[in-house]
Amino acid sequence: MGCGTSVKTEYQGKKSEKAIKAAVLIQRWYRFYMARLEMRRRYTLNIFQSIEYAEEQAQLQLSNFFTFMIDHYAQMNNQHQGPDLISDIINSSKDGKKKLMAYETIEVPDSYDGPRLSFPLSVSDTNTLLHAFKQEKHLHARYVLQLFNEVKKFLKQMPNIVHLTTSFAKQITICGDLHGKLDDLLLIFYKNGLPSTENSYLFNGDFVDRGKNSVEILVILFAFLLVYPNNLHLNRGNHEDPIMNLRYGFTKEVMQKYRVHAKSILHLLEDIYSQLPLATIIDSKVLVLHGGIANTTDLDFLTSIERSKYKSALKPPRSNSERNNLIHKGNVLPIDGCKASESLDRPIGSSIHEVQHFPDKCLSSQMFSSSLQHSGGLPEEFRNGGILEIKYLHPSIPMPEMTPELTDTEQKEWKQVVDILWSDPRNQNGCSPNSFRGGGCYFGPDVTKKFLDRYNLEMLIRSHECKQEGYELGHNGRIITIFSASNYYDEGSNRGAYLKLCPDLIPRFVQYQVSKCTRKLTLHQRINAVEDSALRALQEQFFAHRSDLMKAFKEFDPNDTGKISISDWASALEAVLHLDLPWRTLRSRLTRLASDGSVEYMSCFDDLHIGKSIKEVQPSLVETLYRYKADLEIIFNIIDKDHSGLISIDEFHQTWKLFTSHLHISIDDSTIDDLAHSIDSNKDGSIDFNEFLEAFRVVHKFEDKSHYAKT
Amino acid sequence: MAEEKDAADSLVSDLQKRITEAFEVFDHESNKTVDVREIGTIIRSLGCCPTEGELHDMLAEVEEEEPTGYIRFEKFSPMMTKVLLERRYRPISEDILLRAFEVLDEKKKGFLTKDELVKYMTEEGEPFTQEEMEEMISASVDPDKNIVPYKEYAAMMVVEDY
Repeated sequence: MGCGTSVKTEYQGKKSEKAIKAAVLIQRWYRFYMARLEMRRRYTLNIFQSIEYAEEQAQLQLSNFFTFMIDHYAQMNNQHQGPDLISDIINSSKDGKKKLMAYETIEVPDSYDGPRLSFPLSVSDTNTLLHAFKQEKHLHARYVLQLFNEVKKFLKQMPNIVHLTTSFAKQITICGDLHGKLDDLLLIFYKNGLPSTENSYLFNGDFVDRGKNSVEILVILFAFLLVYPNNLHLNRGNHEDPIMNLRYGFTKEVMQKYRVHAKSILHLLEDIYSQLPLATIIDSKVLVLHGGIANTTDLDFLTSIERSKYKSALKPPRSNSERNNLIHKGNVLPIDGCKASESLDRPIGSSIHEVQHFPDKCLSSQMFSSSLQHSGGLPEEFRNGGILEIKYLHPSIPMPEMTPELTDTEQKEWKQVVDILWSDPRNQNGCSPNSFRGGGCYFGPDVTKKFLDRYNLEMLIRSHECKQEGYELGHNGRIITIFSASNYYDEGSNRGAYLKLCPDLIPRFVQYQVSKCTRKLTLHQRINAVEDSALRALQEQFFAHRSDLMKAFKEFDPNDTGKISISDWASALEAVLHLDLPWRTLRSRLTRLASDGSVEYMSCFDDLHIGKSIKEVQPSLVETLYRYKADLEIIFNIIDKDHSGLISIDEFHQTWKLFTSHLHISIDDSTIDDLAHSIDSNKDGSIDFNEFLEAFRVVHKFEDKSHYAKT
Repeated sequence: MAEEKDAADSLVSDLQKRITEAFEVFDHESNKTVDVREIGTIIRSLGCCPTEGELHDMLAEVEEEEPTGYIRFEKFSPMMTKVLLERRYRPISEDILLRAFEVLDEKKKGFLTKDELVKYMTEEGEPFTQEEMEEMISASVDPDKNIVPYKEYAAMMVVEDY
């Protein structure tokens, strides 16, 4: 240790000793402080991730609900033409094909100042596009449609699994999820060079959703794909899926950017998605795919399937007439209330039995009558927080029970596709259903080893999960996660990375982080900012489950003191939210302590209130509305055919009832009426649902928390 | 008597849960082990403020006879419970941290120059890595004047958040 005091005089010695002590003390504090920062950095990502996956589960459940709702909504409104956009997206309709050819007839006005393309594309077109997108210009729908059309033709002739070699271009760069974050793509090109015959790229899926520039990312990638077909490669991700796009923003982005032609663009994308290759093998040694594998994943089988059948991987491939059949037989998605972890060891038969209890009720013709009883609260399943947990893609459920129309081969095929798009590696051996996300599998090091050995592969490169450093190694170095969207959850939440493979097949990683700030923030400031937004997201969860949480807290507080122990507080949160977070560590950020060290649990909700108070409706309804805000928005958009932002009171009423009965929430008719009328402020019989949903935004009262010292 | 014992039991069980939580944040493989290099972060995030020397002593207690580079939870938890119960390595008060800076500020300027800070941290005290030094500079040095206004810096470090 740096204490060389021996040659000093006594005075200097004393002085130096003091300095050493002071320095040691400062270092102690410094390390103490840094450790607490590091802890906060880690749990911040945990918070974002657990909320994200909980939402994904809900989304998977909802995907089937859309199909269900569209059919039933159409039935209920025979005089109406059923809402067409989403059904068009979900089902491949015949007139879609007609529209595809229409781009030639679209006029580009002289006043258009965005980029213009000339086909066949050349390097000058890609340069034009990059330049225009940096200036935030949009590409005209005519060019988008023409480009997508060409790409569709190109992709059609690609195999399911593409074989590449590093021997021509000498190196290949692999990028993970981009999620509509154009700045990340531009930064990668800036650091690593544009795609060219010397510079090959493989983009490993999830180009779209979440970010603001999914359209631009697709346009750039597709343009390069046409210019350098041998040097740019694309794998499909789980977000290259029309049903995912509904929830995670891409559909909305297209509708906003291309009002008139949105439908044709979305149609075309459906075909493109289904034609994207599913995986890539480099030098016969490295397998690259989006999600992962299961113990049943069979590359030879995957090579032979007809991938274009899977416009969405979230629903089984089947024709319209079969689908209707299926629904009338009661075969919509099974939902049950049990925690997935419990269900792992459960005998198959018992799962099935429980799974069945709900769809029948849901599908009964009574659902639109006023037979919903008013229970004054939420049903048991709802309170247990388990209703959104699904078994939809649960591998332990034999597919024949769910989808009797599918042949054995079709079921196997579907599962194979879902597994590679949705699975995540875990460090425990074995293969189990991915209960956290609700789709695909968790696979352990043993599954990876067996699989790679079987196909004589060295390594599996996948994406699909956000990692703090942009990449992560696992399973004894045989599996790599690469994620290229930096600041995925929020400014500062994570780095992005890409990797380069040369003929030696040793991966070389490059990390980066897009930054909007000109001044470099200190670690302290960065962590504060991102932690703030994570805690905010968490508090919104509190708000959305307020009644359930209050009930759980009060069970620990029979004398109504308003205080419970930290342990009880933590178990109540875990029981209601199922987020698997370090609650005790987070405690000081979320709630106040009383002088005796117990938690004043009401303080969890202190900072929150709803933007506009809707006094007419019961609090539990407000909460429910808040919780399903994103889902309701999608549904309203389905109903709102002309995208006016307005729906009729009658439509609102029916949607809400359909939705609540699907979720098994009992709310009586008059309450819904009250709600509908309270939001029709000008009493013209129509509801501006954007305004309505905006009212259910949680406002954080103290945006600037005083206990965060700002430097 | 019995009540006191219950209270003590619940204190211990609560401490153990806190320790488990902190440990699990770093237990990436969910196999009840963490990398030995992260043990300092876990111990410190639980509210202990040991020197590096003291940390080494704590580590020695929990390391395997043949060091594997990993620390097992079953060894870590009892040691940590004991440390927390005995309230050892508690952070010294904020004033003392400020006084430490004042000691280094011999001429009572009210700040340290960047060079002084680097000299004290890397030549006095315990070994301090390049990375730590750079991070400390980025957080403490006022970039315009190239000085460390240590009063502010000390205040930032002691924010109570555990």
